Amino acid sequence: MKRFGSVLLHVALVCAAIFALAPMLWMLSASFMPTGAANVYPPPLIPKNPTLEHYRTLFGQLAIGRYMFNSAVIATSATLLSLLVNSLAGYAIAKLRFRGRDSVHKIMGAALLIPVQVTMLPLFLLLKQFGLVNSYWGAIIPSIATIFGIFLIRQYALGIPDDLLDAARMDGASEFRIYWSVVLPVIRPILATLAIWTFLASWNDFLWPLVVLTDDARYTLPVALASLSGEHVQDTELMMAGAVVTVFPVVVVFLMLQRAYVQGVMVGSVKG
Amino acid sequence: MTPPMRTTREIATRYSALHDEAQLGRAQTRAAWAFLFPAIALISVFFALPVIAAFLLGFTDFDIYALADTETVRLTGLRNYETILTSPLFWQAFRNTCLFAFVGGPLSVLVSLAAALLVNARATRFKPFFRSVLFMPFVTTLVAVSIVWRYLYHPQYGLLNWVLGSVGLGPVDWLGSPTWAMPAIILVAVWKGFGYNMLVLIAGLQSIPEDLYEAARLDGAGAWQQFRHITLPMLRPTMLFVGIITMVGFFQLFAEPYVMTQGGPLRSTTSIVLLMFEEGFRWWRMGYAAAVAVALFVIILLVTLVQRRVQREAV
Repeated sequence: MKRFGSVLLHVALVCAAIFALAPMLWMLSASFMPTGAANVYPPPLIPKNPTLEHYRTLFGQLAIGRYMFNSAVIATSATLLSLLVNSLAGYAIAKLRFRGRDSVHKIMGAALLIPVQVTMLPLFLLLKQFGLVNSYWGAIIPSIATIFGIFLIRQYALGIPDDLLDAARMDGASEFRIYWSVVLPVIRPILATLAIWTFLASWNDFLWPLVVLTDDARYTLPVALASLSGEHVQDTELMMAGAVVTVFPVVVVFLMLQRAYVQGVMVGSVKG
Repeated sequence: MTPPMRTTREIATRYSALHDEAQLGRAQTRAAWAFLFPAIALISVFFALPVIAAFLLGFTDFDIYALADTETVRLTGLRNYETILTSPLFWQAFRNTCLFAFVGGPLSVLVSLAAALLVNARATRFKPFFRSVLFMPFVTTLVAVSIVWRYLYHPQYGLLNWVLGSVGLGPVDWLGSPTWAMPAIILVAVWKGFGYNMLVLIAGLQSIPEDLYEAARLDGAGAWQQFRHITLPMLRPTMLFVGIITMVGFFQLFAEPYVMTQGGPLRSTTSIVLLMFEEGFRWWRMGYAAAVAVALFVIILLVTLVQRRVQREAV
């Protein structure tokens, strides 16, 4: 009976794993099929005559390298800036004693309820005034200071012992010096977590880049992919190759840095 | 390198200075606001200000002409909101979004709970492997996987209809029929999102003390009774968190219909955010679109508050 239960459990797990992976495996497989080979019945699961022609088309004729570069620049800059800005703020709220600290924390908590879409129309008009529409900065700016990031850092920084900070103060270190040489090394694990979350969120983001990047040359990968998929509806295999190119980097980053990424889910789910 | 030795006297002076509470407080206050400044400035200018502006924009007729010359903007009071309330398209988008959220949200939480229980079960082997695999869809790019699913849903050559056909079902014209398009999008959203909630719920399950189960087993409680009387009640705070973030997320449906159906067929998958995007950034009726955005905010706020109350009271 016990043995039977265990078999059933693992059958269910394998089914769930197939459900999770099948779309991605098919995407990968179809991307290597020659044009038109995926559109037959029954659908082929494995390419009979594997080819790299679609990847060649993507990087040659369709210049997808350009979009990849845009995505990489935007995601990397957003990540670095958000690390600095959010760690400063999160640490200050967690460990520095000042009047108004609770209010700042409460207001930020309440602001979490506002869906980001509400800001988009005025933000577009504002960035248009600044001449930032269709620029990298336009895409980066909204993801630099995030309440999620500040809360993530705060939650972790609460665990820094006060003695450590007071000892540094007694040695005459300035507050910034303490942040830089004492706090940052201690909170390194959560910085890694925030970095991965910000990078992946920025890489995967769609609505805002779609709004703010109006010129083809500035498109990020998801925006370019959505626009390509309109023109190349019939080219199943080409679109699958495009999807692979978009998804591959984030899956690799996730697999390499899983532990730090998962930490974000755990800390993020603790009420701030 | 060792730090230079300090005389006892030096240390004593510093010590007493530091213990001057007022000075300490002032230094920290100054530092704190300096540290907070970049974040607060950015959030104020690029988040808080736009939120306030959205409310104001909703009371104007800001349109494509205003984009060229802001002199043409006029205050129109509540007219945009009157238009919303009488617009069949808005109500359709509202109904679609509610259908998506009230069916997809709970379904997503149930799938996450089932996955969490499976992965966390004591007999499960290769836990980290299954956990990673089931979480994988969550990290992928929504636009890319929506495109993949569009082909999986192909009525003739799609993998899904082939699987259904092999057990004698279908074929279903998933994205081409107003009946099936929304269920198809719900399936994609559940597939994409369940991994996150699964991880949160696994953490919740692991925080339940093992002695509770031991005591229950001593009392002769079976697996179902343990689940019903220990797991579920102990998991309530986690479920509340998961339920709220899932519903809030589901009300922001956009990329799936944008990529897979363009809101069709017959507007059956047009969501509130898609409507806002089309009105605001395709037709540049930004005043009206801002009112739609405010409506979305109000809806999400109400759902969150109601959910919080219901789940707190249902003990």
